[in-house]
Amino acid sequence: MAATTIAAPRSPRSPRSPRRMRGRTNTELYAWLFMRVSGVLLMVLVFGHLFVNLMVGEGINALDFAFVAGKWADPFWQVWDLLMLWLAMIHGSNGLRTIINDYAERDQLRMWLKVGLYTAAAITIVLGTLVIFTFDPCPADAAAELLPSFCPAP
Amino acid sequence: MTVTTEAPVKETPDAGGVPSFQVTMRLRRFNPESDTEPRWEDHTLTMHGTDRVLDALHKIKWEIDGSLTFRRSCAHGICGSDAMRINGRNRLACKTLLKDLPLDKPISVEPIKGLAVMKDLVVDMEPFYAAYKSIMPFLITTGNDPSRERRQSPEERERFDDTTKCILCAACTTSCPVYWSDGQYFGPQAIVGAHRFIFDSRDEGAEERLEILNDREGVWRCRTTFNCTDACPRGIEVTKAIQEVKQALLFRRV
Ligand code: FES
Repeated sequence: MAATTIAAPRSPRSPRSPRRMRGRTNTELYAWLFMRVSGVLLMVLVFGHLFVNLMVGEGINALDFAFVAGKWADPFWQVWDLLMLWLAMIHGSNGLRTIINDYAERDQLRMWLKVGLYTAAAITIVLGTLVIFTFDPCPADAAAELLPSFCPAP
Repeated sequence: MTVTTEAPVKETPDAGGVPSFQVTMRLRRFNPESDTEPRWEDHTLTMHGTDRVLDALHKIKWEIDGSLTFRRSCAHGICGSDAMRINGRNRLACKTLLKDLPLDKPISVEPIKGLAVMKDLVVDMEPFYAAYKSIMPFLITTGNDPSRERRQSPEERERFDDTTKCILCAACTTSCPVYWSDGQYFGPQAIVGAHRFIFDSRDEGAEERLEILNDREGVWRCRTTFNCTDACPRGIEVTKAIQEVKQALLFRRV
């Protein structure tokens, strides 16, 4: 007797449960995974940042304009801060997105909260990135003792 | 029989020497025919050390107020009919001994949260069952050859043993804060139900079930609050099962 093949009792694409029709993507999976991965990276980045800024060498006393300007003249710290900015902003915004999804029940309210959230995140990320890359460590009319040592004497 | 002279003479003797005590049951009542809002109602009863919350409810229903409405069937923690919020925690009334609760305060009994109350402690379980149905809680195999058994090793059986214990009482799903705020979420029970088949070596529907749970309202909604594990009267490690489904999704897809 040849075994007849019976299809699965209810194929997943059946229109009987409309909630499953909305987007069959892996978006939520990637969002979840991103939270885990960025969380681990942020631990390293943030504590590294705190350690270098507050504890190495003279510690917190060394922190001034020249110190920050000196760091951002180095591509290593530019990339470090850029990563920290992007990961922290996306991680935090995604966290807030899930909170909005969980607690804002009215569709309208949920939409506007998310529009506000995404706008705020986008502005912060763009501005921050701009600052990191267009930062001028030797502004023309600044007092010389505030500037990093590599600035040309005025 | 020993009689101690100091013992006060009681009209009704203790049931076989079991200590008795006074307990106040604070019930959340709602009668859709006369109430617009649920209300609290107190009953003070004399109960015994061997009595459960269900016995107190029985006493109220049978001796004080016959209109009290609740579900129960087996009364022994098997059927899963009588999940309710006892002192703010989801428990089976038939598995919760009164003496284990703080008796100096009234014991609050409410219907489980997140499902519509129909009357008193009875809620509409349909959305809960609908979520369970949507993960296809039946064995899916190819072919229909009935000529031999589907064999499984003890280790393969062990893989999903924990989630076979589910009695569909809804204690976990209705303890989940995500489920309270979003009725679209499948809820822990549906994920437990899916886990039972996804990790069954005989079943071939794992891909489909995983796809269903990969939905926006699926496993990724879980916030790992462990309320479900805490609520389960069968001691199923619900949160662990959910994490295993997430892992299965992750390593299949990424
Ligand atoms: S009455 Fe059956 S589980 Fe409690």
